[in-house]
Amino acid sequence: MTVAIVGAAETTELGRIPDMSQIQLHADAALNAFADAGIRARDIDGVATAGESPVNIAHYLGIAPRWVDGSSVGGCSFMLHVRHAAAAIEAGYAHTVLITHGESGRSGVGRGGRGGGGGSLLAQFESPYGSMGPTTMFTIGVLRYMKQYGMTHEQLAMVAVVQREWAGMNPRASYRDPITVDDVLNSRMIAYPFHLLECCLVTDGGGALILTSAERAADFPHKPVYILGSGESVETPMVSQMKDLTSSQAFRIAGSEAMRSAGINHGDVDHMMVYDAFAHLPIWGLEDLGFCGRGEAPAFIEDGNTRPGGTLPLNTNGGGLSYMHSGMYGMYALQESVRQMRGTAPAQVPGAAVSLCLGVGGMFAASGCIVMGNELP
Amino acid sequence: MADSPRRRPRPLGQPTPETQHFWDGTKAGELRLQRCNDCGHVYFPPRSLCPACSSRNVDVFSASGKGKLLSYVINHRPHPSFDGPYAIAVVELDEGPTMLSNIVDCDQSPEALVLDMPLEVTFEDNGDLAVPLFRPRESQS
Ligand SMILES: [Zn+2]
Repeated sequence: MTVAIVGAAETTELGRIPDMSQIQLHADAALNAFADAGIRARDIDGVATAGESPVNIAHYLGIAPRWVDGSSVGGCSFMLHVRHAAAAIEAGYAHTVLITHGESGRSGVGRGGRGGGGGSLLAQFESPYGSMGPTTMFTIGVLRYMKQYGMTHEQLAMVAVVQREWAGMNPRASYRDPITVDDVLNSRMIAYPFHLLECCLVTDGGGALILTSAERAADFPHKPVYILGSGESVETPMVSQMKDLTSSQAFRIAGSEAMRSAGINHGDVDHMMVYDAFAHLPIWGLEDLGFCGRGEAPAFIEDGNTRPGGTLPLNTNGGGLSYMHSGMYGMYALQESVRQMRGTAPAQVPGAAVSLCLGVGGMFAASGCIVMGNELP
Repeated sequence: MADSPRRRPRPLGQPTPETQHFWDGTKAGELRLQRCNDCGHVYFPPRSLCPACSSRNVDVFSASGKGKLLSYVINHRPHPSFDGPYAIAVVELDEGPTMLSNIVDCDQSPEALVLDMPLEVTFEDNGDLAVPLFRPRESQS
């Protein structure tokens, strides 16, 4: 397949532009490229950028992408984006990709970049209200979910109780002693309605993965674990701007794309990981990927479906709540999926052949989803 | 002035050319939103384009300042600008957009902070910037 460039433009002005922030320079160039190509943001399904996060660009322009690239390696990043985009289009990961650059190099207006400086939307419209990172922002939609679907505090606590059961079977888990719903509800209040035991650990650690072609995989000492499908998306850098506080658009797009590309149905999944920075993440994951109907995941977990011996073993290493959480936990979720597919997990799910691993980035800002299998598709 | 649990200055951001109208509005006692002249979409936070249809043809208008309590947390960990547990809330404005804020003139407890309770905007002067906060209002007002 040959890939082509069908739109190209620079910002309306060049030189000295004190009346535009850096993100608006990205947007101005993008709108001009849309005009050049005769399209709008809704026609774009892939976003790549450097200097700003692709989350910021997608949210600012109103794009719901299914392919994202934030490779940031200096001034040649955009050459890499073109190359990655061509590969993505060839692979069917995206049809129409937007690559943007904008830099207030001279005027220095709103030069927030990835961290989000004083001119970022986050600094202007969230930080003044006493937001304190994940404990106060990741958690903010849960009371709405409780009102909408009737989830109880006990059901939320049950997520932590079940994951501690898995951790009890894992010698490498940070916390292994069994806990009860009362233990969770009596632990220190962090940010109502979240207690200490409903929040992830903070630990040190690391992980790495090596990939090669299925053809070459036979030359390596371990049983290969195959990538059957994958998906990705981003929604917004500000949790208060989620389209629905009780559901993640990034989960929905990444999850459905991963299952579609793997050619699997819900019944094919033997083992599942959902990045659990907080106790409600598995609930959002189960519902956004369609394993449970809206509002049904709390009862699904309470009824024992995700515990050892259940119909859908979930977070079998103990998860971020009990196993470990260094900050970017996604690597550990992938490691557990690999162990399960190799048949070497401490709490091995007997006969598991397909594992789905759902990751979150930021606070529902981004998602990546990988489906693995232990047989060649 | 609103009765706020805050005791020390808030961490404030810096207005940009695209958000300046919003902060000029709060100083003037107005909550300003943007509306697309092509598709009618009303949106927040401010930017010089419509996120629904990619149009540059957008206007600023003064919103009603009315909304309801969509969701919140009550933070129990210490914050340099706040005393004691305080609520961080998502407010759904009558015009549609949501925004983060604090709820003032109200006990910071689950019993007092009832989801969907009607709210109205109030502005807290923080020197360079006035910050929009929300307080309970009678539903018919
Ligand atoms: Zn529009």
